[in-house]
Amino acid sequence: MRRLLNDRAPYLLIAPTVLLLLLFSITPLFVAFVMSFTNMDLAGIANFANVDWIGMTNYLEIFKDEIFLQALSNTVVYVVIGVPLVIALSLSIAIAINFGRGKVFEWFRVVFYMPSITNVVAVAVVWGFLFNPQYGLFNFILNTISLPDVPWLQDPFVAKLSLILLALWRAVGINMIIFLAALQGIPRTYYEAAALDGANTFQQMFKITIPLLRYAIFFVTVTTLIGWIQFFEEPFIMTEGGPLNSTTSLALFIYQNGFQLSNFGYAAAGSVVLFVLIITVTLIQFRVQKNENPY
Amino acid sequence: MIPKEKPVAVNVKPERFSPIPKVRIGKKRNRPQWLLGLVLTLLGLCFMLPFFWMVISSVKTDAEILALPLTIWPDQITFEHYVNLFVNLNFLTYLKNTILIVVASFFGLLLTAMAGYAFAKFTFKGSKVLFIGVLATMMIPGQVTMIPVYLMLNQMGLTNTMTGIVLPGLVGAFGVFLFRQFMTTIPDELLEASRLDGASEFRIFFSIILPMSKPILAVQGILTFIGAWNSFLWPLIIANDESLYTLSVGLALLQGQHGGNYGLQMAGATFMVVPIIIIFMIFQKYIIEGYNISGMK
Repeated sequence: MRRLLNDRAPYLLIAPTVLLLLLFSITPLFVAFVMSFTNMDLAGIANFANVDWIGMTNYLEIFKDEIFLQALSNTVVYVVIGVPLVIALSLSIAIAINFGRGKVFEWFRVVFYMPSITNVVAVAVVWGFLFNPQYGLFNFILNTISLPDVPWLQDPFVAKLSLILLALWRAVGINMIIFLAALQGIPRTYYEAAALDGANTFQQMFKITIPLLRYAIFFVTVTTLIGWIQFFEEPFIMTEGGPLNSTTSLALFIYQNGFQLSNFGYAAAGSVVLFVLIITVTLIQFRVQKNENPY
Repeated sequence: MIPKEKPVAVNVKPERFSPIPKVRIGKKRNRPQWLLGLVLTLLGLCFMLPFFWMVISSVKTDAEILALPLTIWPDQITFEHYVNLFVNLNFLTYLKNTILIVVASFFGLLLTAMAGYAFAKFTFKGSKVLFIGVLATMMIPGQVTMIPVYLMLNQMGLTNTMTGIVLPGLVGAFGVFLFRQFMTTIPDELLEASRLDGASEFRIFFSIILPMSKPILAVQGILTFIGAWNSFLWPLIIANDESLYTLSVGLALLQGQHGGNYGLQMAGATFMVVPIIIIFMIFQKYIIEGYNISGMK
């Protein structure tokens, strides 16, 4: 008996994890795909006989759905503005912290990382208060230095930027840590050699640091891009997609159709589009990285 | 035992203070140091501002919060909002549920470590394919699986139960990957010696592998705690009943129902955020160094 147990040990060790992943990750992917060709809704859940195979109808409809198209373009705005900002800010902070000597600079890591670990709901509630048009701190500060009020969450375009600001604040920390780990892997001798050859700080940065961080930058770009395509909690808690759907993201669209309107089949079609988008963007990234890499 | 990335970091430190750059830097580099410190401090203060305002507002009276001009420091400190959370609202229930989820997620961590060990130290039929399969699940976004998982749990009668909340997120592929990376560095001879002494595979796992994996367990343990403490979306979808709400879901509900009561909202937010900040301050070294351990460079 014991012998048998030991022989099977690796299978027993992985069994719970593999089964859970199979059940809650891989199977649902296929279920979502199949469901996207049906009109599954509340009646369908109650009795599977009410579910009809409707072919491509969901897909044809979704690309005519104005809210979906709006959500798509909003998501593009989030990604195009958000991702470069995250990378630029977290990389700059990482380089600055790495450049500094002394205990103080170690504490900066803690300060900038802190927003990353805090609860997104709590943080969104706090930022909602900061953005408040009447009693919010942000407008109060602006007024104090005699600037006019900003309609943080009231204007369709500004609302997008406000959500990006919050998401940026939350995203910088983790990426900064990844960049710092990579920076500390660059041997000091490279800089010493460059300094002896008379290279100044900026030359060192653009000729040594940035090129050697290529892999870290690639990693952060891919993960950040995937994360921002799935942008969800910030608009969900702060604006519920408003004003006038100007902050609805793809993920929020899927959630609203699935769990608030119970159009499960339609929402599944939306999630398949999201999945295809993520895979496409990731593959393009890998292709670009491959072509860029002459070493 | 010590992961292979570590020596690099150790090597860097002494060189940082090697005499060559020191001579060249001298006074000239002191000014950028100062300037950088100043810029980082200002930026850091901006980053901390929301936390500061959250805590300050949570101890202001309702009247003071809605009085203009705003006061930077409260005239009168009150804890009525915190009392309210527990007396008039169900924050005690939310706290209990959140702690249950944390406990369950630690069980999930154990399962993840077991799988990581198997993939690190055994070659068995299908091990490569299975490992790639596990890693591939990282690419599947939560929004795609969300609706099918909900329907599946509904079929199993697990909606509106604690099991349904906990089960789908119990294990994660990334955790398996990190444990595997770390455990590969544990020498095989050690395991062989124990096997010759007649220890069973499970005994080896619990009395050798786990104790030797303390660094990665620390990192993963803290991150698991933070993740479980913050869990929001899944409890929101699965729990219809307020008695199953977590702190995050409860806070979102509070924001919906007491929209104008900012003091109460800030107290709820503070109650969620401050424990995490304290834990993070204590263990920050493990978490931040953890990214070196896990070979994320």
